[in-house]
Amino acid sequence: MSTLVLVLLTGIGLGALYFLVASGLSLIYGLMHVLNFAHGAFLTLGAFMGFEVARRLDSTSWWAFAVSILVGGLVGAGVAALTELALIRPLYERHIEQVLVTVGLAFAAVALYEGIWGSDPIYIQAPAWMRETTGVLGAQVPNTYWVLMAAATALLISLVVFLRYTRFGTIIRAGVENRAMVTALGIDVRTAFLLVFAIGGSAAGVGGVLAAHYTGYVSAHLGSTLLIFAFIVTVIGGLGSLPGAAIASVMVAVLQQFANYYLGGTGDIIVVVALAGVLLVRPSGLLGRRFA
Amino acid sequence: MTAAVAAARRIPVPLVVGVGLVILMACLPLLNISVPGVLPTPTYQPGTLALLSLAMIFAALALSYNMLLGTAGMLSFGHALYFGAGAYGLGIGLENLGVPLWPGVFVALIGGLVIALVTGAVSMRVSGIPFAMVTLAFAQAGSVLVRRNSSVTGGEEGLSLNTAGVPDWLVGVVNTRNLYWATLAVLLVVYLVSVWVDRSRLGHLARATRENELRVRVLGLEPSRARLLVFVIAALCASLVGVAYMLLQSGTVPRSVSADLTITVLVIVVLGGVGYRWGAIVGGVVYTILDQRLTVLAGSDMIESLPSVLRVPLSEPLFILGALFILVVMFLPGGIAGTVDSWMSRRRAGSAHGDAEMSDDAPAGRIEGAEQVLETAGQEARS
Amino acid sequence: MSTILEVEGLHASINGQQVVEDVSFTVPATGITAVLGRNGVGKTSTLRAILGLIDRGGEVRLAGERIDGLRTHRIVRKGVGYVPEDREVFGSLTVEENLQLAVRQRQPRRELVDALFPDLVQRRRQMAGTLSGGQQQMVSLARALINDNRLLLVDEPTKGLAPLIVDQVADALEEASATVPILLVEQNLEVVRRLATDAIVISGGRVVHTGRAADILGDEELTHRLLGVGVAPATGGAR
Repeated sequence: MSTLVLVLLTGIGLGALYFLVASGLSLIYGLMHVLNFAHGAFLTLGAFMGFEVARRLDSTSWWAFAVSILVGGLVGAGVAALTELALIRPLYERHIEQVLVTVGLAFAAVALYEGIWGSDPIYIQAPAWMRETTGVLGAQVPNTYWVLMAAATALLISLVVFLRYTRFGTIIRAGVENRAMVTALGIDVRTAFLLVFAIGGSAAGVGGVLAAHYTGYVSAHLGSTLLIFAFIVTVIGGLGSLPGAAIASVMVAVLQQFANYYLGGTGDIIVVVALAGVLLVRPSGLLGRRFA
Repeated sequence: MTAAVAAARRIPVPLVVGVGLVILMACLPLLNISVPGVLPTPTYQPGTLALLSLAMIFAALALSYNMLLGTAGMLSFGHALYFGAGAYGLGIGLENLGVPLWPGVFVALIGGLVIALVTGAVSMRVSGIPFAMVTLAFAQAGSVLVRRNSSVTGGEEGLSLNTAGVPDWLVGVVNTRNLYWATLAVLLVVYLVSVWVDRSRLGHLARATRENELRVRVLGLEPSRARLLVFVIAALCASLVGVAYMLLQSGTVPRSVSADLTITVLVIVVLGGVGYRWGAIVGGVVYTILDQRLTVLAGSDMIESLPSVLRVPLSEPLFILGALFILVVMFLPGGIAGTVDSWMSRRRAGSAHGDAEMSDDAPAGRIEGAEQVLETAGQEARS
Repeated sequence: MSTILEVEGLHASINGQQVVEDVSFTVPATGITAVLGRNGVGKTSTLRAILGLIDRGGEVRLAGERIDGLRTHRIVRKGVGYVPEDREVFGSLTVEENLQLAVRQRQPRRELVDALFPDLVQRRRQMAGTLSGGQQQMVSLARALINDNRLLLVDEPTKGLAPLIVDQVADALEEASATVPILLVEQNLEVVRRLATDAIVISGGRVVHTGRAADILGDEELTHRLLGVGVAPATGGAR
């Protein structure tokens, strides 16, 4: 029983991390039809900058942790906005080229991180509580997972509120549905592009800081692996669907944890099999509309 | 590109140049040519031969990828899976099945074929960007499988070639020359397959599908089958190149199944010029030599003496290649071959017409070509 | 008579395929100008090209000012309202959100819209995707009429609607035309006869005839030759 609870809760925690990455990917794809390969690079940069800031403060204190989260989010938003302006916008509507520049950026960024921080993982420190566990129904769940869940929940709620109750949110929702018509109402949809990139980037940046606490280290490749799972999650959930991404994140991660624990570490493979299954049955994903 | 093909039919100059190049490449191991700054040693020595062989491997792999992206317009991030299947297939065949080389090659190719059929059929449930994501996921699963099952694949350490079943003339540094020729042969085979695909009805159909899937459907043709066939042929070519790589390097590492390798090939194809066969080859050679030179440069004194703001990025070859790639995508959309091609056709047109007229003509001509293809294909299908 | 829109040598393409060859015409600053022609001759594409929704070239002037180089949202902000073919309401947004999104001025013309489309008033919070076709058309019209525009581009507003709703849409257009000139693509010749003062006939991506709407529709031979139909019966329009 306690093992079951532990596997389930760690699965949900991992799913929360996936959601931090996948939410931005899904929003960006939904509005702009851009597959952002550089999303992992935003995440890694957030993690490194968060680590650098926490290191200069007292990295075992809570306020250093809070500042590192803030810095991670800001750096992620900044670099994402810059990417949109400098690389994505000039290639307006040329989707293959847009994917290619983000591929190039991811390629170059990882190399640059290795140049600056080296290719070995750097182990990080955290507030003492985050190294501890909390008992739930006999399962000792590491506290990092609670932080992940709280962060993802906060992100989901604020995204839903933003999308539902602000003018920019309405523009983004309308744009996901029919971008041309948004411009035909006199709205410069590019502002929404920039905003979506910045939001996705900040979620990735925060995700990076938390991913570093989850794995216990930062490295230049932190984002690359997570990115692939985030891709899988967005496809399974339905590209462009935020609720789809949320549900698929948790489903995929829980499935992965169960397979890892009960089926001899086959989690990664099971996830890909699940992806193939979803594609065969429902190519548009769980909550996605048909692909254009 | 259609224009280039048409030109090739009219005047056999490219054919003459091509045959001449192949003969020159075949003779290189027998000649003593030094190109300081580009090639590490004179051409007859193993150092340069190994580098050139690797360049040909990348060129052939890029050619196979160009069938996907250039001909069928499919952006795949999983092409390395089939390359890895060839390399690991041969390695595992020789090691675990204890078969000699040629049956081993056969096993590797069949393995690549089966994997390509299954993953291709599933991935093609979606198209465009989702297709790219799904192929990436498959390649990742392959990479995980290779890393996990270390008893068969050697895990992170990689798998070295069991040379017991391999003929002596293909083993060891002394026989680099023979391996070089074998690689050249593989490149030639992949090139010919690529030409055949481009000129066959299959290639026309795949190209027409890329231009306008709906219209192909209206004509009662099944575009997804043509695309799957191109996908499988490209994958099979990649497996063949993987086999050659395994022989050349007498071993392979998990990187050969990874998304990193696919992205490298993508960089090569885009650098060379998507849709141009000779572009893929030039891209492969330029990339390999650039990568090698940049690594040498990264360790040089000149770089060491720079301030860290410049030193750190410049000492990372992948950073420079990534940045170069971005610049090519943004400012040189046709890559090397596309730029040369449009420059040449502009020069040719310059004597007769104005430039503006030419640039108006080009896209219209392409669509006309596609329409013609559609029409003839439709008639064939109906009769 | 003053003109609001001048179009000269307009051409446009979609995916490299020419859909508007060479279109020139002017739209007077008052009344409704109908764009007529058989299916697929480029009427919708002409409107979309004026708005910059598809790749286009040539000269377009709004009240004497060139707008052919501007991006779509800039053209709209100059005072061009657009009611697209097939309505294109945002189905996952409420009626209110659809209207809110369209508002470009501090004092939107709420009373006008509410008076024209009382049906929508109590459906403010309903998802636009769940409305009937006629109600969606009203949302689409309301999005254009809620601002003070200098010109409206309206594309087949009565397509696929029941006769009663057709009348209601025509009423709304008639009332709107009192304050703003309208360029109207319409297949229902009864509606054209009732609303339009002027007409342009497009064929093969070019303007082949311009004149008073009544003159064109009054000439049976001309109507048949240019539009491929006899003079339409009361309903059913040009199809």
